[in-house]
Amino acid sequence: MDQWISFDWEALGANFWSATVDGLTFGGIYALVALGYTLVYGVLNLINFAHSEVFIVGAYAVVFTLTSLGFGPSVPNLAWYAIAANLLLALVFGMLASAVTAFIVERVAYKPLRAKGAPRLVFLISAIGMSFVIQYLIFWWRGPNPEPAVIMFQNKPVFDIGGTLIYFDSILIVSAAIIMMVVVDQFIRRSKLGRGIRAVAQDPDTATLMGVNRERIIVSTFILGGLLAGVAALFYVMKVPSGVLYLGGFLLGVKAFTAAVLGGIGNVRGALLGGLLLGLIGNYGQILLGSAQWNDVVCFVVLIAVLMVRPEGILGSNLGKVRA
Amino acid sequence: MSTGTPMGGAAESQARADELVEETTKPTRLRGLSDWWNHLPRLSQWAFLLIAVAAAFALPLVNIPLLTTEPSNDWPLACAEMARYALVAVGLNVVVGQAGLLDLGYVGFFAVGAYVAALWTSPDSTLVHIPYLLTLPLAAMVTVVFGVLLGIPTLRLRGDYLAIVTLGFGEIIRLLATIIPALRGQQGFQEVGHPPGTNAEGNPIFSNSAGAPWYWLTITVIILVMIALGNLERSRVGRNWIALREDEDAAEIMGVPTFRYKLWAFGIGAALGGSAGAIAAGQIGFVNNQRFDVQMSVLFLVAVVLGGQGNKFGAILGGAIVAYIPLRFTGIAEFKYLIFGAVLVVLMIFRPQGLFGKRPHLLTFERRAHKRIANLANAPAVSTAPAGTTKEAGQ
Repeated sequence: MDQWISFDWEALGANFWSATVDGLTFGGIYALVALGYTLVYGVLNLINFAHSEVFIVGAYAVVFTLTSLGFGPSVPNLAWYAIAANLLLALVFGMLASAVTAFIVERVAYKPLRAKGAPRLVFLISAIGMSFVIQYLIFWWRGPNPEPAVIMFQNKPVFDIGGTLIYFDSILIVSAAIIMMVVVDQFIRRSKLGRGIRAVAQDPDTATLMGVNRERIIVSTFILGGLLAGVAALFYVMKVPSGVLYLGGFLLGVKAFTAAVLGGIGNVRGALLGGLLLGLIGNYGQILLGSAQWNDVVCFVVLIAVLMVRPEGILGSNLGKVRA
Repeated sequence: MSTGTPMGGAAESQARADELVEETTKPTRLRGLSDWWNHLPRLSQWAFLLIAVAAAFALPLVNIPLLTTEPSNDWPLACAEMARYALVAVGLNVVVGQAGLLDLGYVGFFAVGAYVAALWTSPDSTLVHIPYLLTLPLAAMVTVVFGVLLGIPTLRLRGDYLAIVTLGFGEIIRLLATIIPALRGQQGFQEVGHPPGTNAEGNPIFSNSAGAPWYWLTITVIILVMIALGNLERSRVGRNWIALREDEDAAEIMGVPTFRYKLWAFGIGAALGGSAGAIAAGQIGFVNNQRFDVQMSVLFLVAVVLGGQGNKFGAILGGAIVAYIPLRFTGIAEFKYLIFGAVLVVLMIFRPQGLFGKRPHLLTFERRAHKRIANLANAPAVSTAPAGTTKEAGQ
């Protein structure tokens, strides 16, 4: 009889802290993508199924920008400020590409249906179609293989906690995710657009009566989600240099959605919490069960379990309830 | 009219009035074919169905130019694949079309069925071996268990959550097939069993390269399933499904145990997907972890949406089309996902009810009751209408 499943507790014990750091790093990326799902869900009560493709288009833009700037599979020989400037440029292009994609998705797959007042499933199916179209346009253009790896900088350990080395990229990604989350949270709470987003999330009809331009808010929300996906794309390329392929967004998208649900979909702070938690759970599961694919399985099981036990997520799910 | 018995004068005028009402209450849009079909007597409907079934059985034997997939793809094998997709679409249609549950992990059930057939018939498996034909009901039973296990926690969720959860389920099955050693990953299971019987030369009838027998087996299963589903749709279960799909809250208030009937739909859909998987495993003769991906699930969804959600004949055609196009037009086969993705978007925007119409006509008894009521409301108008025009309108 062949083996079905085995647990490797020793490996988990030995690698616990490095798995924790790694998990938090991936969690930061999940959280940034999760924000896109959460914002759109908060406003429209619909899952933007094509958000994973919004993200991967950004990753392509980052890779192309960096390649044309001379980055490649070896560590670039540049001063730190030159690298930082280049990365900033890549970030801008990544955010732009993702935002434009999100805008197109909204225009093609959502707006015509909204005008007709279509049922929810119709939106979901058209978004799935859109996601397919983008995936296979990329496939058509770039083929089935991932883009050549792009290394951004020499990744050095910054400090050492009890024998666990903490690398620069982990610190950068986690802190950037937290900063972005604070910025978005404050943006939703304080800015005019944020107030509009909250108003539409609470009650679209009343918001319209109060002079909120609902269509504009919806488009802005998609674009905001796209911009954040572009940020996530830069960090994704940083962390997984050879992970940019046409299918690359799909699994990450489902995980980010899981993160959003785990933290409470429609909840900006929940996206961060859910992302970091899911990153940890997935990584622990991967080491315990012994293969990278278990990471995905564990995340899917978490999704089902969360929806069973607490479908509103840890922090509760309502963008409209956020107070200024 | 819907009854084949000769009618007395009173009944006849009533029938004419019914027809007129049906005609006047219909939307002005042309609905020729389905109208014509609905007005045929039951017996003629059966006769036409028999002809259609005979034609379907003859399909792999006649190699119509232009329609055929040869020389690039063997026509009987193409037929077998079309029939398999049709069976899958019929199964998924129960879930998506009848009960309104968007299942994006349907390929998971297909995979479970294929692995059941492989595990119990392939010499590569260490389990007890059973005759292949027994694996079809076994696959159905195992997938029902999977369907119910997945359904109990998830069917209480809202539709779009359910879509993601089922998507996750499909991926879990695919990943487990890869990483559980006993399921042999990409190495897979060779020589999956097939139904018994040998031809004159002593070769098995159901060989992997002979499409026609597999095609006949599949459409026999489809016909049995269609009869069973037709009866189910006319029963309490079917009425509850329709209520559920149209308005879940209203159905719940009217006393439909929504959760139970969702579970019914999910279980039946799973069983059909599992059977299709077992047939596919037998025909291809090899099962490994490839091709059970989300793309397949979405292709299945395209088949149902194309045919018209809730329309089981449409689902058959939709399934056949989705399988046929890449086999026939091999030049565009590479782009099939791109094309079908675009088809989904375009259909949702311009024709969400699918090519062959979404809403089935009201089921037998409701239709008659509906006409009576409409007739009562319109009674004075009907009595003044000249008989001749009524008759023309009815045809």
